[in-house]
Amino acid sequence: MSKTGGVFVFIEQTDGVLEDASLEVLGKGREIADSLGVTLTGAILGDGVGELAKQCAHRGAHVVIVADSPLLKNFTPETYNNVVAKMVKDHDPDMLLIGATHNGTALAGMLAVRLGAGLMAHVVDLEIEAGTGTLLGSVPGFGGSIVAVCKCKKGRPQMATVRPGVFKLPQPTEEAGSVESFPLDLKPEDLRCEVVERKIERGMSVSKAERVVVAGLGCKDNLALPKKLAEVSGSSFCVSRPLADKGAAPKHLVVGSTGSSLNAKLAIVVGVSGAAHFTSGLRNVETVVAVNSDPNAEIFKHADYCVVGDASKLVPRLISELGGSGGGT
Amino acid sequence: MKHVVCLKVTPKIEQIKFDEQKKTIIREGVENEINAADKNALEAALKLKDSAGGTVVVLSMGPPSFESYLKLAVAMGADDAVLLSDRAFAGADTFATSRVIAAGIDKLRPFDVVYCGEASADGSTEQVPPSVAEWLGVPHVSYVSELAVVGDKVRARREITNGHEVVEVKPPVLVSIQLGCNSPRFPDFRRKRWADTEFKLKTFNMQDLGFAPTDVGLEGSRTEVTGLSRMRSPERKREFINGAEEEITRRLVQIVRG
Repeated sequence: MSKTGGVFVFIEQTDGVLEDASLEVLGKGREIADSLGVTLTGAILGDGVGELAKQCAHRGAHVVIVADSPLLKNFTPETYNNVVAKMVKDHDPDMLLIGATHNGTALAGMLAVRLGAGLMAHVVDLEIEAGTGTLLGSVPGFGGSIVAVCKCKKGRPQMATVRPGVFKLPQPTEEAGSVESFPLDLKPEDLRCEVVERKIERGMSVSKAERVVVAGLGCKDNLALPKKLAEVSGSSFCVSRPLADKGAAPKHLVVGSTGSSLNAKLAIVVGVSGAAHFTSGLRNVETVVAVNSDPNAEIFKHADYCVVGDASKLVPRLISELGGSGGGT
Repeated sequence: MKHVVCLKVTPKIEQIKFDEQKKTIIREGVENEINAADKNALEAALKLKDSAGGTVVVLSMGPPSFESYLKLAVAMGADDAVLLSDRAFAGADTFATSRVIAAGIDKLRPFDVVYCGEASADGSTEQVPPSVAEWLGVPHVSYVSELAVVGDKVRARREITNGHEVVEVKPPVLVSIQLGCNSPRFPDFRRKRWADTEFKLKTFNMQDLGFAPTDVGLEGSRTEVTGLSRMRSPERKREFINGAEEEITRRLVQIVRG
Protein backbone atom coordinates (compact mmCIF):
# COMPACT_ATOMS: atom_id res chain seq x y z
CA MET A 1 0.00 0.00 0.00
CA SER A 2 1.34 3.42 -0.90
CA LYS A 3 1.90 5.92 1.86
CA THR A 4 -0.69 8.62 1.37
CA GLY A 5 0.49 11.05 4.05
CA GLY A 6 -1.86 14.02 4.38
CA VAL A 7 -4.66 14.30 6.88
CA PHE A 8 -6.21 11.24 8.53
CA VAL A 9 -9.54 11.25 10.38
CA PHE A 10 -10.92 8.49 12.61
CA ILE A 11 -14.67 8.23 11.92
CA GLU A 12 -16.70 6.94 14.83
CA GLN A 13 -20.00 5.11 14.46
CA THR A 14 -22.18 3.50 17.10
CA ASP A 15 -24.73 0.85 16.13
CA GLY A 16 -24.57 1.96 12.50
CA VAL A 17 -24.99 5.68 13.13
CA LEU A 18 -22.16 8.10 12.31
CA GLU A 19 -21.13 10.48 15.08
CA ASP A 20 -21.67 14.11 14.13
CA ALA A 21 -18.40 14.95 15.86
CA SER A 22 -16.55 12.77 13.35
CA LEU A 23 -18.28 14.35 10.36
CA GLU A 24 -17.45 17.82 11.68
CA VAL A 25 -13.81 16.79 11.87
CA LEU A 26 -14.03 15.36 8.37
CA GLY A 27 -15.28 18.76 7.13
CA LYS A 28 -12.45 20.63 8.83
CA GLY A 29 -9.97 17.96 7.74
CA ARG A 30 -10.91 18.55 4.11
CA GLU A 31 -10.39 22.30 4.52
CA ILE A 32 -6.91 21.67 5.93
CA ALA A 33 -6.09 19.07 3.27
CA ASP A 34 -7.14 21.49 0.51
CA SER A 35 -5.05 24.30 1.95
CA LEU A 36 -1.99 22.03 1.96
CA GLY A 37 -2.80 20.24 -1.28
CA VAL A 38 -2.79 16.81 0.38
CA THR A 39 -5.11 13.84 0.68
CA LEU A 40 -7.87 13.49 3.30
CA THR A 41 -8.24 9.90 4.43
CA GLY A 42 -11.06 8.69 6.67
CA ALA A 43 -10.96 5.45 8.62
CA ILE A 44 -14.12 3.69 9.78
CA LEU A 45 -14.31 0.54 11.88
CA GLY A 46 -17.34 -1.60 12.61
CA ASP A 47 -19.52 -4.50 11.55
CA GLY A 48 -21.26 -3.95 8.20
CA VAL A 49 -20.26 -0.32 7.82
CA GLY A 50 -19.73 -0.25 4.02
CA GLU A 51 -22.73 2.04 3.50
CA LEU A 52 -21.50 4.45 6.16
CA ALA A 53 -18.10 4.50 4.46
CA LYS A 54 -19.78 5.58 1.20
CA GLN A 55 -21.54 8.41 3.05
CA CYS A 56 -18.17 9.61 4.33
CA ALA A 57 -16.77 9.46 0.79
CA HIS A 58 -19.47 12.03 -0.06
CA ARG A 59 -18.52 14.22 2.90
CA GLY A 60 -15.08 15.27 1.80
CA ALA A 61 -12.85 12.22 2.26
CA HIS A 62 -10.68 11.44 -0.78
CA VAL A 63 -10.23 7.92 0.52
CA VAL A 64 -12.21 6.01 3.14
CA ILE A 65 -10.59 2.92 4.62
CA VAL A 66 -13.01 0.38 6.04
CA ALA A 67 -12.19 -2.22 8.64
CA ASP A 68 -15.24 -4.46 8.71
CA SER A 69 -15.57 -7.36 11.13
CA PRO A 70 -18.06 -8.71 13.68
CA LEU A 71 -15.20 -8.31 16.17
CA LEU A 72 -15.29 -4.54 15.58
CA LYS A 73 -19.05 -4.25 16.17
CA ASN A 74 -18.48 -2.56 19.54
CA PHE A 75 -15.92 0.10 20.33
CA THR A 76 -13.27 -1.56 22.47
CA PRO A 77 -10.29 0.75 22.98
CA GLU A 78 -7.51 -1.87 22.72
CA THR A 79 -8.82 -3.52 19.57
CA TYR A 80 -9.66 -0.24 17.87
CA ASN A 81 -6.25 1.07 18.89
CA ASN A 82 -4.54 -1.95 17.30
CA VAL A 83 -6.41 -1.54 14.02
CA VAL A 84 -6.17 2.25 13.72
CA ALA A 85 -2.48 2.23 14.67
CA LYS A 86 -1.84 -0.24 11.83
CA MET A 87 -3.76 1.93 9.37
CA VAL A 88 -1.84 5.01 10.46
CA LYS A 89 1.50 3.25 10.13
CA ASP A 90 0.55 2.11 6.62
CA HIS A 91 -0.59 5.53 5.46
CA ASP A 92 1.91 7.60 7.43
CA PRO A 93 -0.24 10.75 7.64
CA ASP A 94 1.08 14.13 8.78
CA MET A 95 -2.00 14.75 10.89
CA LEU A 96 -4.50 12.57 12.73
CA LEU A 97 -7.77 14.14 13.87
CA ILE A 98 -10.42 12.58 16.09
CA GLY A 99 -13.76 13.91 17.40
CA ALA A 100 -13.52 14.36 21.18
CA THR A 101 -16.42 12.10 22.10
CA HIS A 102 -15.88 9.75 25.05
CA ASN A 103 -14.83 6.95 22.71
CA GLY A 104 -12.71 9.25 20.54
CA THR A 105 -10.92 10.59 23.60
CA ALA A 106 -10.25 7.09 24.95
CA LEU A 107 -8.86 5.98 21.59
CA ALA A 108 -6.70 9.08 21.07
CA GLY A 109 -4.88 8.72 24.38
CA MET A 110 -3.86 5.16 23.60
CA LEU A 111 -2.99 5.88 19.97
CA ALA A 112 -0.72 8.79 20.86
CA VAL A 113 1.40 6.58 23.10
CA ARG A 114 1.44 3.70 20.60
CA LEU A 115 2.53 6.03 17.80
CA GLY A 116 4.85 8.15 19.97
CA ALA A 117 2.87 11.14 18.77
CA GLY A 118 2.00 14.51 20.28
CA LEU A 119 -1.67 14.99 21.07
CA MET A 120 -3.60 18.21 21.55
CA ALA A 121 -6.79 17.58 23.51
CA HIS A 122 -10.30 18.96 22.94
CA VAL A 123 -9.18 21.71 20.57
CA VAL A 124 -11.65 24.48 19.81
CA ASP A 125 -9.80 25.58 16.70
CA LEU A 126 -7.26 24.23 14.24
CA GLU A 127 -5.00 26.26 11.99
CA ILE A 128 -2.02 25.69 9.78
CA GLU A 129 1.08 27.69 10.69
CA ALA A 130 2.11 29.89 7.78
CA GLY A 131 5.41 28.85 6.26
CA THR A 132 5.87 25.57 8.13
CA GLY A 133 2.54 23.85 7.47
CA THR A 134 2.52 22.78 11.13
CA LEU A 135 -0.82 22.04 12.79
CA LEU A 136 -1.74 24.54 15.50
CA GLY A 137 -4.46 23.61 17.97
CA SER A 138 -6.27 25.93 20.37
CA VAL A 139 -6.51 23.97 23.60
CA PRO A 140 -8.79 25.34 26.33
CA GLY A 141 -7.57 24.82 29.87
CA PHE A 142 -8.04 26.03 33.42
CA GLY A 143 -11.78 25.86 33.32
CA GLY A 144 -11.95 27.19 29.78
CA SER A 145 -10.81 30.70 30.68
CA ILE A 146 -7.50 30.45 28.86
CA VAL A 147 -6.65 29.03 25.48
CA ALA A 148 -3.19 27.69 24.76
CA VAL A 149 -2.10 27.52 21.15
CA CYS A 150 -0.18 24.26 20.94
CA LYS A 151 1.77 22.29 18.40
CA CYS A 152 3.40 18.89 18.26
CA LYS A 153 7.17 19.30 18.49
CA LYS A 154 8.17 15.64 18.25
CA GLY A 155 6.71 12.45 16.87
CA ARG A 156 4.38 11.78 14.00
CA PRO A 157 1.54 12.22 13.11
CA GLN A 158 0.47 15.49 14.73
CA MET A 159 -2.66 14.52 16.66
CA ALA A 160 -5.67 16.45 17.92
CA THR A 161 -9.06 15.61 19.36
CA VAL A 162 -11.71 18.19 18.45
CA ARG A 163 -14.50 19.38 20.72
CA PRO A 164 -17.92 18.45 19.28
CA GLY A 165 -19.80 21.36 17.74
CA VAL A 166 -16.94 23.76 16.99
CA PHE A 167 -16.80 22.95 13.27
CA LYS A 168 -19.74 22.80 10.88
CA LEU A 169 -21.19 19.56 9.56
CA PRO A 170 -20.13 19.18 5.92
CA GLN A 171 -22.92 18.95 3.35
CA PRO A 172 -23.05 15.82 1.19
CA THR A 173 -21.23 16.40 -2.10
CA GLU A 174 -21.57 15.00 -5.63
CA GLU A 175 -17.86 14.28 -5.53
CA ALA A 176 -17.16 10.85 -4.08
CA GLY A 177 -13.90 9.59 -2.68
CA SER A 178 -12.83 6.00 -3.06
CA VAL A 179 -13.61 3.30 -0.51
CA GLU A 180 -10.95 0.72 0.31
CA SER A 181 -11.21 -2.25 2.62
CA PHE A 182 -8.49 -2.80 5.19
CA PRO A 183 -7.19 -6.34 5.66
CA LEU A 184 -7.64 -7.64 9.22
CA ASP A 185 -6.33 -10.59 11.15
CA LEU A 186 -8.37 -10.27 14.33
CA LYS A 187 -9.09 -13.22 16.59
CA PRO A 188 -11.89 -13.37 19.16
CA GLU A 189 -9.30 -13.77 21.93
CA ASP A 190 -7.87 -10.35 20.98
CA LEU A 191 -10.96 -8.74 22.50
CA ARG A 192 -10.22 -8.03 26.13
CA CYS A 193 -13.30 -5.96 26.92
CA GLU A 194 -16.77 -7.32 26.31
CA VAL A 195 -19.71 -4.96 25.93
CA VAL A 196 -22.60 -6.77 27.60
CA GLU A 197 -25.22 -4.00 27.44
CA ARG A 198 -25.77 -0.71 25.66
CA LYS A 199 -28.59 1.82 25.88
CA ILE A 200 -28.71 4.86 23.64
CA GLU A 201 -31.38 7.53 23.39
CA ARG A 202 -30.91 9.25 20.09
CA GLY A 203 -32.01 12.83 20.15
CA MET A 204 -30.99 16.03 18.50
CA SER A 205 -27.39 16.64 19.44
CA VAL A 206 -26.94 19.72 21.58
CA SER A 207 -24.51 21.39 19.20
CA LYS A 208 -26.91 21.14 16.23
CA ALA A 209 -30.00 22.57 17.92
CA GLU A 210 -31.42 25.80 16.46
CA ARG A 211 -32.81 26.83 19.83
CA VAL A 212 -31.88 25.69 23.29
CA VAL A 213 -32.95 26.14 26.88
CA VAL A 214 -30.01 25.64 29.23
CA ALA A 215 -30.68 24.88 32.89
CA GLY A 216 -28.13 25.46 35.64
CA LEU A 217 -27.81 24.86 39.37
CA GLY A 218 -30.07 27.88 40.00
CA CYS A 219 -33.00 25.75 38.80
CA LYS A 220 -32.43 23.68 41.96
CA ASP A 221 -33.74 20.21 41.33
CA ASN A 222 -36.85 21.39 39.53
CA LEU A 223 -35.92 20.72 35.92
CA ALA A 224 -39.56 20.24 34.89
CA LEU A 225 -39.91 24.00 34.29
CA PRO A 226 -36.94 24.54 31.96
CA LYS A 227 -37.83 21.28 30.19
CA LYS A 228 -41.38 22.51 29.64
CA LEU A 229 -40.05 25.87 28.44
CA ALA A 230 -37.87 24.01 25.95
CA GLU A 231 -40.90 22.10 24.74
CA VAL A 232 -43.21 25.11 24.24
CA SER A 233 -40.49 27.23 22.62
CA GLY A 234 -39.39 24.48 20.24
CA SER A 235 -35.97 24.24 21.87
CA SER A 236 -33.62 21.45 22.86
CA PHE A 237 -33.02 21.06 26.57
CA CYS A 238 -29.47 21.06 27.87
CA VAL A 239 -27.62 21.77 31.11
CA SER A 240 -24.50 23.25 32.67
CA ARG A 241 -21.85 20.86 33.92
CA PRO A 242 -22.63 20.92 37.69
CA LEU A 243 -26.19 19.67 37.09
CA ALA A 244 -24.86 16.67 35.20
CA ASP A 245 -22.18 16.08 37.84
CA LYS A 246 -24.97 15.88 40.42
CA GLY A 247 -26.63 13.23 38.30
CA ALA A 248 -29.66 15.44 37.52
CA ALA A 249 -29.12 15.18 33.76
CA PRO A 250 -27.05 13.00 31.42
CA LYS A 251 -23.54 14.16 30.46
CA HIS A 252 -24.21 14.41 26.74
CA LEU A 253 -26.50 17.37 27.46
CA VAL A 254 -23.65 19.40 28.97
CA VAL A 255 -22.77 22.73 27.37
CA GLY A 256 -19.22 24.07 27.71
CA SER A 257 -15.58 23.14 27.59
CA THR A 258 -16.11 19.56 28.79
CA GLY A 259 -19.30 19.13 26.78
CA SER A 260 -20.58 20.56 23.54
CA SER A 261 -20.40 23.97 21.95
CA LEU A 262 -23.73 25.46 20.94
CA ASN A 263 -24.47 26.77 17.46
CA ALA A 264 -28.01 27.93 18.18
CA LYS A 265 -29.79 31.06 16.98
CA LEU A 266 -31.32 31.48 20.43
CA ALA A 267 -30.22 30.20 23.83
CA ILE A 268 -32.30 30.83 26.95
CA VAL A 269 -30.00 30.28 29.89
CA VAL A 270 -31.76 29.81 33.24
CA GLY A 271 -30.00 29.71 36.60
CA VAL A 272 -26.47 29.38 35.26
CA SER A 273 -23.82 31.43 37.07
CA GLY A 274 -21.61 31.77 33.98
CA ALA A 275 -18.22 30.24 34.77
CA ALA A 276 -15.70 30.34 31.91
CA HIS A 277 -16.00 26.60 31.22
CA PHE A 278 -19.67 27.17 30.49
CA THR A 279 -19.60 30.46 28.56
CA SER A 280 -16.96 29.11 26.18
CA GLY A 281 -19.77 26.94 24.81
CA LEU A 282 -21.92 30.01 23.98
CA ARG A 283 -19.49 31.67 21.58
CA ASN A 284 -21.34 30.68 18.42
CA VAL A 285 -24.83 31.48 19.72
CA GLU A 286 -26.53 34.33 17.91
CA THR A 287 -28.74 35.59 20.76
CA VAL A 288 -28.32 34.73 24.43
CA VAL A 289 -31.08 35.40 26.99
CA ALA A 290 -30.03 34.91 30.61
CA VAL A 291 -32.29 34.65 33.65
CA ASN A 292 -30.62 34.73 37.04
CA SER A 293 -31.56 35.91 40.52
CA ASP A 294 -28.12 37.41 41.14
CA PRO A 295 -27.74 40.82 39.41
CA ASN A 296 -23.95 40.42 39.50
CA ALA A 297 -23.93 36.95 37.94
CA GLU A 298 -21.09 36.49 35.48
CA ILE A 299 -23.55 35.10 32.92
CA PHE A 300 -24.92 38.61 32.26
CA LYS A 301 -21.58 39.58 30.68
CA HIS A 302 -22.24 36.91 28.07
CA ALA A 303 -25.90 37.64 27.37
CA ASP A 304 -27.73 39.90 24.94
CA TYR A 305 -30.84 40.08 27.12
CA CYS A 306 -30.49 39.95 30.87
CA VAL A 307 -33.32 39.30 33.30
CA VAL A 308 -32.73 39.57 37.02
CA GLY A 309 -35.44 37.57 38.69
CA ASP A 310 -36.84 34.41 40.15
CA ALA A 311 -36.93 31.77 37.44
CA SER A 312 -39.51 29.72 39.33
CA LYS A 313 -41.98 32.60 38.85
CA LEU A 314 -40.87 33.90 35.46
CA VAL A 315 -40.53 30.64 33.60
CA PRO A 316 -44.15 29.47 34.25
CA ARG A 317 -45.44 32.83 32.95
CA LEU A 318 -43.29 32.50 29.88
CA ILE A 319 -44.51 28.95 29.34
CA SER A 320 -48.17 29.94 29.54
CA GLU A 321 -47.63 32.98 27.25
CA LEU A 322 -45.95 30.72 24.72
CA GLY A 323 -48.94 28.43 24.73
CA GLY A 324 -48.12 25.88 27.39
CA SER A 325 -49.99 24.95 30.53
CA GLY A 326 -47.67 26.83 32.85
CA GLY A 327 -45.33 24.01 33.59
CA GLY A 328 -47.81 21.94 35.57
CA THR A 329 -47.25 23.93 38.73
CA MET B 1 -6.89 -7.62 44.85
CA LYS B 2 -4.50 -4.76 44.53
CA HIS B 3 -6.11 -1.42 43.70
CA VAL B 4 -3.88 1.45 42.56
CA VAL B 5 -5.38 4.96 42.51
CA CYS B 6 -3.73 7.81 40.60
CA LEU B 7 -4.24 11.13 42.34
CA LYS B 8 -3.42 14.50 40.85
CA VAL B 9 -2.92 17.45 43.13
CA THR B 10 -4.38 20.36 41.21
CA PRO B 11 -4.24 24.07 41.86
CA LYS B 12 -7.57 25.72 42.54
CA ILE B 13 -8.26 26.90 39.03
CA GLU B 14 -9.66 30.28 39.98
CA GLN B 15 -6.28 31.17 41.54
CA ILE B 16 -4.20 30.11 38.57
CA LYS B 17 -1.63 32.23 36.80
CA PHE B 18 0.72 31.50 33.94
CA ASP B 19 4.45 31.85 33.49
CA GLU B 20 4.51 33.51 30.07
CA GLN B 21 8.24 32.72 29.59
CA LYS B 22 8.18 29.06 30.48
CA LYS B 23 4.60 28.72 29.29
CA THR B 24 3.72 26.66 32.32
CA ILE B 25 1.51 27.19 35.33
CA ILE B 26 2.77 29.20 38.28
CA ARG B 27 1.93 26.98 41.22
CA GLU B 28 3.57 29.12 43.89
CA GLY B 29 1.09 30.86 46.16
CA VAL B 30 -1.85 28.96 44.73
CA GLU B 31 -3.82 26.66 47.02
CA ASN B 32 -3.89 23.03 45.98
CA GLU B 33 -6.40 20.26 46.42
CA ILE B 34 -6.82 16.64 45.39
CA ASN B 35 -8.48 16.75 41.97
CA ALA B 36 -12.21 16.23 42.53
CA ALA B 37 -12.66 13.36 40.05
CA ASP B 38 -9.63 11.61 41.60
CA LYS B 39 -11.37 11.65 44.98
CA ASN B 40 -14.26 9.85 43.27
CA ALA B 41 -11.68 7.39 41.87
CA LEU B 42 -10.31 6.79 45.38
CA GLU B 43 -13.82 6.26 46.74
CA ALA B 44 -14.57 3.78 43.93
CA ALA B 45 -11.41 1.84 44.87
CA LEU B 46 -12.18 1.90 48.60
CA LYS B 47 -15.71 0.67 47.87
CA LEU B 48 -14.44 -2.20 45.76
CA LYS B 49 -11.93 -3.02 48.48
CA ASP B 50 -14.79 -3.03 51.01
CA SER B 51 -16.73 -5.56 48.91
CA ALA B 52 -14.01 -7.61 47.19
CA GLY B 53 -11.08 -7.15 49.56
CA GLY B 54 -7.46 -6.30 48.88
CA THR B 55 -5.26 -3.27 49.38
CA VAL B 56 -5.45 0.25 48.01
CA VAL B 57 -2.28 2.12 47.02
CA VAL B 58 -2.45 5.79 46.06
CA LEU B 59 0.11 7.26 43.69
CA SER B 60 0.87 10.79 42.60
CA MET B 61 3.49 12.73 40.67
CA GLY B 62 4.73 16.01 42.06
CA PRO B 63 7.00 17.83 44.49
CA PRO B 64 7.67 16.53 48.06
CA SER B 65 5.06 18.96 49.39
CA PHE B 66 2.37 16.74 47.84
CA GLU B 67 3.09 14.12 50.52
CA SER B 68 0.43 15.69 52.73
CA TYR B 69 -2.26 15.05 50.10
CA LEU B 70 -1.25 11.42 49.83
CA LYS B 71 -1.41 11.18 53.63
CA LEU B 72 -4.91 12.60 53.45
CA ALA B 73 -5.78 9.76 51.06
CA VAL B 74 -4.27 7.29 53.56
CA ALA B 75 -6.46 8.83 56.25
CA MET B 76 -9.45 8.24 53.97
CA GLY B 77 -8.56 4.55 53.85
CA ALA B 78 -5.69 3.91 51.45
CA ASP B 79 -3.19 1.34 52.74
CA ASP B 80 -0.06 2.68 51.09
CA ALA B 81 1.15 5.69 49.11
CA VAL B 82 3.77 6.38 46.45
CA LEU B 83 5.06 9.77 45.34
CA LEU B 84 6.87 10.09 42.01
CA SER B 85 9.05 13.09 42.54
CA ASP B 86 11.91 14.61 40.59
CA ARG B 87 12.63 18.12 39.36
CA ALA B 88 13.09 16.62 35.90
CA PHE B 89 9.40 15.64 35.79
CA ALA B 90 8.27 19.29 35.61
CA GLY B 91 6.61 20.76 32.54
CA ALA B 92 5.43 17.41 31.18
CA ASP B 93 2.58 17.10 28.67
CA THR B 94 0.20 14.13 28.75
CA PHE B 95 2.71 11.92 26.90
CA ALA B 96 5.55 12.43 29.38
CA THR B 97 3.22 12.52 32.39
CA SER B 98 1.52 9.24 31.53
CA ARG B 99 4.91 7.64 30.92
CA VAL B 100 6.18 8.47 34.42
CA ILE B 101 2.91 7.49 36.12
CA ALA B 102 2.86 4.17 34.25
CA ALA B 103 6.46 3.48 35.31
CA GLY B 104 5.48 4.12 38.93
CA ILE B 105 2.51 1.75 38.67
CA ASP B 106 4.76 -0.80 36.97
CA LYS B 107 6.77 -0.94 40.21
CA LEU B 108 3.60 -2.03 42.03
CA ARG B 109 2.94 -5.12 39.86
CA PRO B 110 1.08 -7.34 40.20
CA PHE B 111 -1.95 -5.05 40.39
CA ASP B 112 -5.58 -5.72 39.46
CA VAL B 113 -7.34 -2.42 38.96
CA VAL B 114 -5.82 1.02 38.32
CA TYR B 115 -8.15 3.97 38.91
CA CYS B 116 -7.91 7.51 37.56
CA GLY B 117 -10.36 10.41 37.66
CA GLU B 118 -11.90 11.04 34.24
CA ALA B 119 -10.34 14.49 33.96
CA SER B 120 -8.27 16.98 35.90
CA ALA B 121 -9.74 20.34 36.84
CA ASP B 122 -6.75 22.24 35.44
CA GLY B 123 -5.69 20.57 32.19
CA SER B 124 -8.95 18.68 31.52
CA THR B 125 -7.38 16.78 28.61
CA GLU B 126 -8.80 13.40 29.73
CA GLN B 127 -5.81 11.86 27.96
CA VAL B 128 -3.71 10.62 30.88
CA PRO B 129 -5.89 7.59 31.80
CA PRO B 130 -5.94 5.99 28.30
CA SER B 131 -2.27 6.88 27.83
CA VAL B 132 -1.25 5.23 31.12
CA ALA B 133 -3.23 2.12 30.10
CA GLU B 134 -1.34 1.96 26.82
CA TRP B 135 2.08 2.31 28.52
CA LEU B 136 1.07 -0.48 30.93
CA GLY B 137 -0.36 -2.64 28.14
CA VAL B 138 -3.65 -3.15 29.98
CA PRO B 139 -7.22 -2.63 28.72
CA HIS B 140 -8.99 0.52 29.67
CA VAL B 141 -12.59 1.45 30.43
CA SER B 142 -13.31 5.17 30.55
CA TYR B 143 -16.01 7.38 32.10
CA VAL B 144 -17.03 4.70 34.57
CA SER B 145 -19.81 5.45 37.07
CA GLU B 146 -20.34 2.00 38.63
CA LEU B 147 -17.94 -0.83 39.28
CA ALA B 148 -18.31 -4.38 40.59
CA VAL B 149 -16.37 -7.63 40.68
CA VAL B 150 -18.28 -10.45 38.97
CA GLY B 151 -16.50 -13.81 39.03
CA ASP B 152 -13.02 -13.28 37.62
CA LYS B 153 -14.07 -10.09 35.84
CA VAL B 154 -14.64 -6.45 36.59
CA ARG B 155 -17.99 -5.10 35.41
CA ALA B 156 -18.16 -1.38 34.66
CA ARG B 157 -20.91 0.96 33.54
CA ARG B 158 -19.56 3.73 31.32
CA GLU B 159 -21.09 6.77 29.63
CA ILE B 160 -21.01 7.15 25.87
CA THR B 161 -22.59 9.74 23.54
CA ASN B 162 -26.37 9.71 24.19
CA GLY B 163 -26.28 6.75 26.55
CA HIS B 164 -24.28 4.21 28.46
CA GLU B 165 -22.88 0.71 28.12
CA VAL B 166 -21.83 -2.05 30.49
CA VAL B 167 -18.42 -3.59 29.89
CA GLU B 168 -16.85 -6.71 31.40
CA VAL B 169 -13.11 -7.20 31.44
CA LYS B 170 -10.58 -9.42 33.16
CA PRO B 171 -8.04 -7.64 35.36
CA PRO B 172 -5.51 -6.15 35.16
CA VAL B 173 -7.46 -3.16 33.86
CA LEU B 174 -7.42 0.62 34.13
CA VAL B 175 -10.67 2.51 34.73
CA SER B 176 -11.29 6.24 34.64
CA ILE B 177 -14.00 7.28 37.06
CA GLN B 178 -16.66 9.91 36.44
CA LEU B 179 -16.62 13.09 38.43
CA GLY B 180 -19.42 13.07 40.98
CA CYS B 181 -20.44 9.41 40.59
CA ASN B 182 -20.04 8.76 44.33
CA SER B 183 -19.55 10.65 47.61
CA PRO B 184 -15.93 10.41 48.77
CA ARG B 185 -15.68 9.41 52.44
CA PHE B 186 -14.19 11.71 55.04
CA PRO B 187 -10.71 11.10 56.45
CA ASP B 188 -10.73 9.06 59.64
CA PHE B 189 -9.36 11.00 62.58
CA ARG B 190 -7.21 8.19 63.99
CA ARG B 191 -5.90 7.19 60.58
CA LYS B 192 -5.05 10.83 59.92
CA ARG B 193 -2.99 11.01 63.10
CA TRP B 194 -1.26 7.75 62.22
CA ALA B 195 -0.61 8.89 58.63
CA ASP B 196 0.89 12.18 59.83
CA THR B 197 3.14 10.67 62.51
CA GLU B 198 4.16 7.07 61.82
CA PHE B 199 3.26 6.29 58.23
CA LYS B 200 6.09 6.47 55.66
CA LEU B 201 5.28 6.73 52.00
CA LYS B 202 7.54 5.53 49.21
CA THR B 203 9.19 8.01 46.87
CA PHE B 204 10.59 7.20 43.43
CA ASN B 205 12.75 9.61 41.46
CA MET B 206 13.84 9.58 37.81
CA GLN B 207 16.68 7.09 38.39
CA ASP B 208 14.46 4.77 40.42
CA LEU B 209 12.10 4.61 37.45
CA GLY B 210 14.94 4.04 34.99
CA PHE B 211 14.47 7.18 32.92
CA ALA B 212 16.90 9.60 31.28
CA PRO B 213 16.20 13.35 31.36
CA THR B 214 15.13 13.21 27.70
CA ASP B 215 12.33 10.77 28.58
CA VAL B 216 10.52 12.98 31.08
CA GLY B 217 9.28 16.48 31.82
CA LEU B 218 9.43 19.24 29.24
CA GLU B 219 12.11 17.41 27.25
CA GLY B 220 10.18 14.16 27.10
CA SER B 221 7.01 15.92 25.95
CA ARG B 222 5.64 15.68 22.42
CA THR B 223 3.68 18.91 22.42
CA GLU B 224 4.52 22.50 23.26
CA VAL B 225 2.59 25.64 23.99
CA THR B 226 3.44 28.39 21.51
CA GLY B 227 1.17 31.06 22.87
CA LEU B 228 -1.52 31.78 25.38
CA SER B 229 -4.58 33.90 25.15
CA ARG B 230 -7.67 34.59 27.15
CA MET B 231 -10.71 32.93 25.69
CA ARG B 232 -12.39 35.76 23.82
CA SER B 233 -16.13 36.03 24.11
CA PRO B 234 -18.17 37.73 21.41
CA GLU B 235 -19.56 41.16 22.15
CA ARG B 236 -23.06 40.93 23.60
CA LYS B 237 -25.80 43.58 23.88
CA ARG B 238 -26.09 43.07 27.65
CA GLU B 239 -29.47 44.78 27.75
CA PHE B 240 -31.20 44.42 31.08
CA ILE B 241 -34.95 43.89 30.80
CA ASN B 242 -36.57 45.57 33.77
CA GLY B 243 -40.11 46.14 34.91
CA ALA B 244 -43.01 44.13 36.23
CA GLU B 245 -43.12 40.42 35.53
CA GLU B 246 -45.84 40.87 32.88
CA GLU B 247 -43.67 43.35 30.96
CA ILE B 248 -40.59 41.17 31.21
CA THR B 249 -42.60 38.17 30.05
CA ARG B 250 -44.05 40.09 27.09
CA ARG B 251 -40.60 41.20 26.01
CA LEU B 252 -39.18 37.70 26.33
CA VAL B 253 -42.02 36.28 24.26
CA GLN B 254 -41.18 38.83 21.53
CA ILE B 255 -37.55 37.72 21.60
CA VAL B 256 -38.44 34.03 21.50
CA ARG B 257 -40.92 34.53 18.65
CA GLY B 258 -38.25 36.58 16.85
